[in-house]
Amino acid sequence: MAEVKLHKIVKKYDEVEAVRGIDLEIADHEFVVLVGPSGCGKSTTLRMIAGLEDITGGEIMIGGDVVNDVPPKDRDIAMVFQNYALYPHMTVEQNMSFGLRLKRYPKAEIRKRVDEAARILDIKELLARKPKQLSGGQRQRVAMGRAIVRNPKVFLFDEPLSNLDAKLRVQMRTEIKKVHQQVRTTTVYVTHDQVEAMTLADRVVVMNNGIIEQVGTPHQLYHKPRTRFVAGFIGSPAMNFIPCSMEGSDGALKIRLTDELTLPVPSARAEQYRGHANNGKLLLGLRPEHITEAGANLEPGEVPFEAKLDVTEPMGMETLVYFPINGTQVCGRVNPNAGARDGAPLRLAADLNNMHLIDGATGQVI
Amino acid sequence: MAVTTAAAPAGAIARSRYGSMSRDRTWALRWSYFFLVLFAILFLLPPVYMLITSLKTSQEISAATSPWWVYHPTLENYSGLLSSPEYLMFFRNSALVSVFVVVLTMLISVPAAFALSRMRFWGSATLATGVFLTYLIPETLLFLPLFKMFATFKEWTDIELINRWWVLLILYPTLTVPFCTWIMIGYFASIPKELDEAALIDGATWMQTLTKIFIPVALPGLIAATIFAFTVSWAQFLYPLAFTTSVDQLVLPVGIITSLVKADVYNWGQIMTGALLGAAPPLIIYAFLMDYYIAGLTAGATKG
Amino acid sequence: MVDAAIQGIEARVPARPRSSLRKAMQRKSTVAFLMALPLILLISLLVIYPAFYSLHLATLNKSMERFVGLSNFVFLFKRETFWMVVQQSCIFAITAVIFKALIGFIVAHFVHNIPAKGQRKWRGMLLVPWVIPPAMSCLAWLWLFDPSYSAFNWILALFGIGPIAWTGDVNWARFSVILINIWIGAPFFMIMYLAALKSVPEQLYEAAEIDGANWWQRMWYVTLPMMRNIIAITALFSLIVTFANFDIVRIITAGGPIDKTHVFATWSFWLGIQGGDIPLGACVSLFMVPILAVAATFILRDITRRGSEV
Repeated sequence: MAEVKLHKIVKKYDEVEAVRGIDLEIADHEFVVLVGPSGCGKSTTLRMIAGLEDITGGEIMIGGDVVNDVPPKDRDIAMVFQNYALYPHMTVEQNMSFGLRLKRYPKAEIRKRVDEAARILDIKELLARKPKQLSGGQRQRVAMGRAIVRNPKVFLFDEPLSNLDAKLRVQMRTEIKKVHQQVRTTTVYVTHDQVEAMTLADRVVVMNNGIIEQVGTPHQLYHKPRTRFVAGFIGSPAMNFIPCSMEGSDGALKIRLTDELTLPVPSARAEQYRGHANNGKLLLGLRPEHITEAGANLEPGEVPFEAKLDVTEPMGMETLVYFPINGTQVCGRVNPNAGARDGAPLRLAADLNNMHLIDGATGQVI
Repeated sequence: MAVTTAAAPAGAIARSRYGSMSRDRTWALRWSYFFLVLFAILFLLPPVYMLITSLKTSQEISAATSPWWVYHPTLENYSGLLSSPEYLMFFRNSALVSVFVVVLTMLISVPAAFALSRMRFWGSATLATGVFLTYLIPETLLFLPLFKMFATFKEWTDIELINRWWVLLILYPTLTVPFCTWIMIGYFASIPKELDEAALIDGATWMQTLTKIFIPVALPGLIAATIFAFTVSWAQFLYPLAFTTSVDQLVLPVGIITSLVKADVYNWGQIMTGALLGAAPPLIIYAFLMDYYIAGLTAGATKG
Repeated sequence: MVDAAIQGIEARVPARPRSSLRKAMQRKSTVAFLMALPLILLISLLVIYPAFYSLHLATLNKSMERFVGLSNFVFLFKRETFWMVVQQSCIFAITAVIFKALIGFIVAHFVHNIPAKGQRKWRGMLLVPWVIPPAMSCLAWLWLFDPSYSAFNWILALFGIGPIAWTGDVNWARFSVILINIWIGAPFFMIMYLAALKSVPEQLYEAAEIDGANWWQRMWYVTLPMMRNIIAITALFSLIVTFANFDIVRIITAGGPIDKTHVFATWSFWLGIQGGDIPLGACVSLFMVPILAVAATFILRDITRRGSEV
């Protein structure tokens, strides 16, 4: 059994609290991604699980055992570092078998495991080479191979793809996912890239400033963010936040964006917001993919409006358009054939079925 | 929570089996400091003993009291030496030789290092390696042929080279120039080529590039090389012992040993004071410029 | 057509003929050569030439008038003192270098272990034996080893251990010379090894720790292999210099007792300068060359290989 449990984890460097109380339960075989901006405490948390950092407060349990005072070498974990940390004077094969050789596994067993890992990662031809003869992607695979042969309870990944170029990153992402499907070890993966988080994770843990903002599946985080931070962090291009106020009159709620522009709240969502009618400090959260060109037929919930575009960015499969509402720059995604041009007006539709309302004071999603 | 209670028994076993990581680390630190203190004592024992002895009168030295403590400290050894014209002359000779050698060394090394690191000319690669190799030829191999060479030189030209302190100005650079050149080559090579090119476009000649750009930028290396040249010159023993014999031509290391050690009467108080004062210039430079000193050492494996 | 041809020819001929000397002066390679000239002169005249000259000298008789071929060499081979000198030089050098390296390595580790802020002052204190001119510190050691007033013997007497003749007894004299050599040289090794230790990436240790290595295994599998080059180069350099060392033996024992601590350098000085037999002295010092050459070759090979890893 290899579940990982973090209970009220705190990490202090002198007076600075890097991690301020984390509670998390990771199930056996689960692939959990810790994601967040620089300095949010995700790497520190990972290193505490690994045993490379002392735990100031709280407990970490791996497989049911409290491991706070257990040195890394006895925790039965494996780690893949951002800079690979391959032993430069050893061949790929020696790198991968190092941990097993230290524990004096029989040669036949070592051979078997190394071959199996090499097969999974497709690095069989590289076994006799030294790290300096390998490319970045190959080195990363060797680092993963080193983790796989140990057959540990938990895999820990510390931003493993950050040193690779964009194309290689996409490729390696898929490799990692395939490896997890084959090997099925509990994995804790740290990254600052929310795309990696969304594509790899069973569950995503969004961290900010030393605390967990939200834990959920990628789907949950995308569609039901609970805080403004999570809403703005997940999704690219980021969600638009437009200051607004809500007005309610005889059963129908309206969002007022500017003096001229109000959008009616779809009846399906009205119930949810009824308690906040007449609130003046709200943010309307709407993803760019939910602001498109107004078609001939509008679905219920799609509200058309006129916008004067500032800048357009043709991306090939879509065009991003930027325009101001109420002093805020808003981003929308339109069809490349919609006739969007810099400085020209365009008729857009906002799909308010997918709207989010955020309390301006608390940052919570209503 | 059910989770916590189920984990407790297992946790208790785990804890007693492994001990505390941070406690291991504190112990490792304590052992480190313990050994560091031990080694520091061993390493600093002789200089400290020099100091203790230098503060003793002759009577106290020959008395049966503890050699490791001064009961009646006195500065008479210091005042004696510092007012002794002979000792002061040794000091003066050493200072003159060292300063001149430093200047000479830098005048030879810096342009040579610049040429070898920046300009390609026929044989420059072999010369660079050659410079390095000559550093490996010890002075104990060369002093005899040099002695004979100087004697022969006197026969031909009637210029006396032996037993003149300024002869050392010719000899010491052979010890300092190779390594100083090597240091400077390293520092010059680390200056990006774009700087040369910018200077060229701005219209500088090679000499101007050297003086206005390279030397200021490679200043730490220059300081390190200067310190090295000074320290080596000051500490030289073999060459002065072989080439200078009259008392008025001696430099400090040789002077102390041959002059203060008169016949069988060793005035250890004075000898230790003399030695301490003689060790003072390199020590003072080291105390103030330690980082440059060490940088010079690690700039390439050196004599050790 | 003709005009164009003439114009073309005219364009190719420079308008004003320059003196070839001036052109030579402005050429980069000439300037470079001139800048390196003093260095070249210094080394050829005062290092390379004497080195070869000593070969010639070794073939002359004592008054340097007659060519006697290899008779100096033969003479030495027959002298028992010569073989003692060979043995002593080798043993001193090898023993001293091994211990210097060991102590330097160990102390470097301790300095590396303590927090970075304190390292500077410990490093400063521990380098002192190296900074003091050897001639001066040898005087201190001479006094510490004094037959009548040795401070070490005073301490030993407190434990009831009899006085040791540090410079008088043959074996103790040899020990003392090696000890002083180690004392002076270990700090240098410490500094070099400390720099090398710092250059090993911390993450390699973390990876090894996670792979299950304890501190000894981390040292063996990570530290030592990463430091292999610097260990070798420093040791080889030190071997060369320790082998040719003069100051320590000269001051402490002057080669005695009974020539049992003479090394090549001091014996060659004794024969050549004090004995007035320069060719014989040169002959002795030439025997250092083979060993120096072997060590130098290894150094060169290692230096060219340095930096090719990682």
